Amino acid sequence: MKQAISINVNEVDHRDEVEPRLLLVHYLRDLLGLTGTHVGCETSICGACTILVDGQAVKSCTMFAVQADGANITTIEGLATNGNLHPMQEGFWEKHGLQCGYCTPGMIIAATQLIDRNPNPSRDEIRHGLEGNLCRCTGYQHIVEAVEYAAKKKADL
Amino acid sequence: MAAKYVGKRIKRTEDPRLIKGLAHYVDDVRLPDTLHVAFVRSIYAHARITSIDVTEALKAPGVVAVYTGKDIATTVGPVPCAAALPDLKIPDYRVLATGKALFVGHPIAAVVATDRYLARDAADLISVDYEELPVAVDVEASAKGGPVIHEQFGSNIAYTLTSGEGDIEAALKSADHIVTQRMVHQRLAPVAMEGRGVLARYFPGEEELTLWSSTQIPHLMRTQVALMIGLPENKLRVITPEVGGGFGSKLNVYAEEALLAWISIQLGKPVKWIESRRENMQATIHGRAQVGTVEVGCKNDGTITGLRYNVVADLGAYHQLLTPAIPTLTGLMLSGAYRIPAIQMNVTGVFTNKMSTDAYRGAGRPEATYVVERAMDIVAAELKIDPVEVRRKNFPAKTEFPFHTATGLDYDSGDYEAALDKALNLSGYAKLRAEQAKARAAGKLIGIGMSSYVEICALGPSQAMPAGGWESATVRIEPTGTVTVLTGASPHGQGQETSFAQIAADELGVDLNAVTVIHGDTAIVQYGIGTFGSRATAVGGTAVLIAIQKLKEKAAKIAAHVLRCEASSLAFEGGRYSRPSAAAASAVSEPDVAVGEAPAGALPEPDTEGRSTLTIQEIALIAHIAKELPPDTEPGLSATYFFEPKNFTFPFGTHICVVEIDKETGETKFLRYVAVDDCGKVINPLLVDGQIHGGIVQAIGQALYEEVVYDEQGQLVTGELMDYALPKASQMPWFELDRTETPSPVNPLGVKGVGEAGTIGATPAVVNAIVDALSPYGVKHLDMPARPEAVWKLITG
Ligand code: FES
Ligand code: FES
Repeated sequence: MKQAISINVNEVDHRDEVEPRLLLVHYLRDLLGLTGTHVGCETSICGACTILVDGQAVKSCTMFAVQADGANITTIEGLATNGNLHPMQEGFWEKHGLQCGYCTPGMIIAATQLIDRNPNPSRDEIRHGLEGNLCRCTGYQHIVEAVEYAAKKKADL
Repeated sequence: MAAKYVGKRIKRTEDPRLIKGLAHYVDDVRLPDTLHVAFVRSIYAHARITSIDVTEALKAPGVVAVYTGKDIATTVGPVPCAAALPDLKIPDYRVLATGKALFVGHPIAAVVATDRYLARDAADLISVDYEELPVAVDVEASAKGGPVIHEQFGSNIAYTLTSGEGDIEAALKSADHIVTQRMVHQRLAPVAMEGRGVLARYFPGEEELTLWSSTQIPHLMRTQVALMIGLPENKLRVITPEVGGGFGSKLNVYAEEALLAWISIQLGKPVKWIESRRENMQATIHGRAQVGTVEVGCKNDGTITGLRYNVVADLGAYHQLLTPAIPTLTGLMLSGAYRIPAIQMNVTGVFTNKMSTDAYRGAGRPEATYVVERAMDIVAAELKIDPVEVRRKNFPAKTEFPFHTATGLDYDSGDYEAALDKALNLSGYAKLRAEQAKARAAGKLIGIGMSSYVEICALGPSQAMPAGGWESATVRIEPTGTVTVLTGASPHGQGQETSFAQIAADELGVDLNAVTVIHGDTAIVQYGIGTFGSRATAVGGTAVLIAIQKLKEKAAKIAAHVLRCEASSLAFEGGRYSRPSAAAASAVSEPDVAVGEAPAGALPEPDTEGRSTLTIQEIALIAHIAKELPPDTEPGLSATYFFEPKNFTFPFGTHICVVEIDKETGETKFLRYVAVDDCGKVINPLLVDGQIHGGIVQAIGQALYEEVVYDEQGQLVTGELMDYALPKASQMPWFELDRTETPSPVNPLGVKGVGEAGTIGATPAVVNAIVDALSPYGVKHLDMPARPEAVWKLITG
């Protein structure tokens, strides 16, 4: 039995009929075509699927689309405003915080929440704050620098 | 060339699409009417398949077709193995199991349905009857006897090989001491964050097939898949869109790739399969998995007289593309950074009921480096001399290069002592030892570990490679002045779109943004070999450089014709050819062709009247309009070059790390990590740092956390990322990096390669530090991963 849901994604309203078992990440990717959110493990470990649900970083591989009924969602595609990169996106570019880029959307989203909660994080706090996001390429150091860059940029704004 | 870009920390041109979430990995490529494939995979490590019942599955909603081994047995060729070794046993590896399943995850049936959820549902309705067979899991036991996996071979031994030069017996006899150590290189999973994925689309009218695959080797895959499914190679197009990491795991041709291609032909529709992480752990190649014993002979002063390594290599149930060849790379690198007069490796490759091993970042070299660098520390402990001194004692001097090793290699260039000294200085080694002594006195477990590695890169001369060791490039200047570089090296995170553009922009004197690097599409790019073995820049980048030099020969001829002078008298500076007298005054006096700003619909007419200088982009326009060419000159401005290196390159370096072990928990914490690497000339230091960081973290993963575990039934215990521990940000140290720069004479760029250096150099540094920390307890060695419980047991005895 399909269920009706209405979800706002990146400031656009969507109404759809979905199967209750449809994962939120598949809803975003397959129905809405927002393929920037990736799947790396399906078990809530890697964080590649991280999005913001009502402002909270959530792993969209472990949430059903029906659970997001009525929610406001931000995905990586919705992070830039008026064509300007989010400071976190800028930080990742400036500091070479990505290689293959697969973990990057989830990593960037998780990191935006991190500096929202803690505007001036230490390197240790950044590392702990990103524990739910795995990157196999970068060795994390440039990611830490990217987050520092973004935190500073945000503070300067 | 004027270095405006090469050598600079240039941020990557590929990043904007990636940080905006607008890049396309295989699963992001959407085609109408795509069908989805789900696999039924063996739940047993070794079993006879007595029956497969697909009737329920065929009736399930959305199901279009189901295929099993009998459907493909005579229509799809076996999974290829490109390794050539004497008397190598090669089992017939079909894309779906026929008769027997030989490892957990072995594909048995493929279900095709209209939606991926429905495909999965239907796969669960297939019932397979198995007759369980005894399993061969432990590699050493399987070498000696027990259940035989491929009955036709009579045993589980796929090959035995002895390599090395010098009289090893005499060398060991002449030693004052012989140290012996058994070492286990545990099985690892590469775990690219994007698993594998395939989308195949057959065009029945054109009789052409396009295969999107997350691979490191689009062209080699095209050749192999064409052979497997019997399609003419020129009717198959392989596209690698964005690739989410490879680390060797996508340097392969897998059953699923050929099967999807074949299914698409059967059904005339696009079919897609995206590997789940569980499938990735079960059925994507693993790495390492060697168990060996090293014997090293040394004199009282630390001089090494010889090294022997007897090793069994766990190959898994079948050969993937390079499976049996990986341990031979170990044999090649057993001289490490040292002069060792006699070296011998005796390797036995053994079949087990597990997934195949193959190239995982480093591919045989981390094992060699680990053996040699652990052995150096064991020798130092035996002789009670500082590990630094043992290493220094045995380094060849920088004047001895090219340096011939007893493994049969000629190291291109090196200054091992310089890298060592830099690392000692950067880490403050003497002070570290003093601090360690103090900390020890206070009851703390502090360890200092080092590793002076050499690795073999830029694979390589074709003589040493199964299918060509060259790389290709085509460089074109388009009529509007933009530059297109086509490279056969297909990157997956390395940043070649940027680094190759740096090379091209400098060599052509154009803006970096004028250059686009295209890769990973066999219909666009001339044949190439691929990105692996830290070869892309050294081999592929050199191909770009030389293609441009060829292109410029032609451009100079055209310039000379138009400017009415001798080509040899022209000066080329800042992207502009000038007549000798005009060289000085030219730069401001004449307009550039504005890149990307050509007015829509009208190509500018080249204005050549009375000119004394021409930009290379204007020459491109002249070459395309072709009204003012010298006699016997082809129109257009492009050049292709296939670069074949004459030797490998040999990057090196020294890593030093300091760890503290928690006595209560056995946990290892990093206090310092210093890495001095020499990868020859550097195109982009930012990218090199990134490669080193990532490489070290994968090495630390092996040293401390990661292990693919099969239980005694051959069941995969580490079947998900919940059970397979990847390094996290919070566990990793801050890396202090520096470099020495010893250019390679093997290619004109002087680059050596850096993709695997960190992974090769770091593992022994970490384990050496842990053993050093535990030395007060009499610990001389411990096997990886050095998990807290193992360390704690050593502490508590
Ligand atoms: S895919 Fe959701 S956490 Fe890995
Ligand atoms: S950049 Fe490749 S996984 Fe993070």
